[in-house]
Amino acid sequence: MKVLVAVKRVIDFNVKPRVKMDGSGVDLANVKMSMNPFDEIAVEEAIRLKEKGVATEIVAVSVGPAKAQETLRTALAMGADRAILVQTDEEVEPLGVAKILAKIAGEEQPQLVILGKQAIDDDNNATGQMLAALLGWPQGTFASKVEVSDSATVTREVDGGLETVKLNLPAVVTTDLRLNEPRYASLPNIMKAKSKPLATKAPADYGVDTARRLETLKVVEPAKRQAGIKVGSVDELVERLKGLGIAK
Amino acid sequence: MSVLVLVEHDGKSIKDATLATVTAASKLGEVHALVAGNNVDAVTQGAAKIAGVAKVYAASAPALEHQLAEAVAPVAAGLMESHDAFVVPATTTGKNIAPRVAALLDVMQITDILSVEGPDTFTRPIYAGNAIATVKSKDAKKVITVRTTAFEKAAAEGGSGTVEQVDAAGDPGTSSFVSLDASESERPELTSAKVIVSGGRAFGSSDQFHALLDPLADKLGAAVGASRAAVDAGYAPNDYQVGQTGKIVAPEVYVAIGISGAIQHLAGMKDSKTIIAINKDEEAPIFQVADIGLVGDLFKIVPELTEKL
Repeated sequence: MKVLVAVKRVIDFNVKPRVKMDGSGVDLANVKMSMNPFDEIAVEEAIRLKEKGVATEIVAVSVGPAKAQETLRTALAMGADRAILVQTDEEVEPLGVAKILAKIAGEEQPQLVILGKQAIDDDNNATGQMLAALLGWPQGTFASKVEVSDSATVTREVDGGLETVKLNLPAVVTTDLRLNEPRYASLPNIMKAKSKPLATKAPADYGVDTARRLETLKVVEPAKRQAGIKVGSVDELVERLKGLGIAK
Repeated sequence: MSVLVLVEHDGKSIKDATLATVTAASKLGEVHALVAGNNVDAVTQGAAKIAGVAKVYAASAPALEHQLAEAVAPVAAGLMESHDAFVVPATTTGKNIAPRVAALLDVMQITDILSVEGPDTFTRPIYAGNAIATVKSKDAKKVITVRTTAFEKAAAEGGSGTVEQVDAAGDPGTSSFVSLDASESERPELTSAKVIVSGGRAFGSSDQFHALLDPLADKLGAAVGASRAAVDAGYAPNDYQVGQTGKIVAPEVYVAIGISGAIQHLAGMKDSKTIIAINKDEEAPIFQVADIGLVGDLFKIVPELTEKL
């Protein structure tokens, strides 16, 4: 079976984002960019399904600028078989990305689409669920374990513990942190990835209108907390806790 | 404007997240509540009593028992024909369902709102809370998830909403519930606890984490949380995790012990009313947000503190 994986190029998770002085957004000029960490987990899970003999082909897709090619090459170096870049310089919202992915799923007919549960830039946590809705497929979100046979059994990280659901195929899965630890691409595989097929498309090729529905009016830094006082001993701390009414 | 709120419940009682969501929704218009589940009379009656809830829609069917998104989304989308906004707590249940409803309505969701600035304008955190965006929605109908710690809770009693049974059909039958491995604890839940004691990687092992933190939590009637580093190291289970990728909490008092204060952790607890930090590194970033700090060795301080409380 074919597995589709969606990946997004985002600010590297080790970089502290800086808000632009003019309040128009976060400054991404000369900032290290990487594959969204949850998407790396999605790619890794697809590769493991292939190594188990469940998946036969892995297609990585990204919607983003020309440089998102690098992100797709990373996915190819990790072990994806081919890639599709839907190139646009606009920041496409989850709804637009889901519509493009739905069209690609229509063409490619995968049995499983795996996505990160959220991107660490806009923090929406929405694309996977929206894609599942548009396709009319079931969804296994925030997955910490995925088993695939003629159906998918997905363990989900929910507020009260771990929930397991069974999904008919085809299905959409979104990854949580503990699903797996993504591998690093080896140098020979990075070299090999350069010759793997990467198709470049545009949103218009899929007839999808990616005009934004949400207009960003301004972006500011969050209110800072003031650092408080330091106490010198446990006794002083106990007194403070009594003052707060949580100790007697 | 009429607003549909999804009631977060476990089949028996209403979760506090619902109450904060009602407060956020009431800033937009008349609040109606949707209770989706199986045999949900008790929850429905409870929802009708929430102050500010004018009407409760009860959708009851076996397929809705576990509130799977595939079954709940069509019910909510149907009710949205007569509502202007769908407002949902940003819990794992809400986050699973809301985008599915948004896509069915061809609406871009407004995620994790911190405030309502106007009928179509909201603030929301981006980049793990390192920036706050003000966004304006151009969609005629809105689908919104609410960061519940950013809103006061509506009163659970005092309302007298009417109850209407609604068609609960629409489950496509493509998914089914298998099991819930619930984390058992006699302590309060993290997201609703008044006091949280939270531990980091400095505890060194799962045994020491529990041996030191559990008695302190018991003394304070607190919930126990953990940093991602502690969870990744296996000292605490995943549902203890406080942070951008874990739970967002805002208790009266948050005690961070052996937690350095990585951005990703701060994003999950910086709205706590009072933050207390215990760390051996005087330069740890946690002290920049803490109201009360104590520099020292947690292996000495925590037992002494537990004893003196």
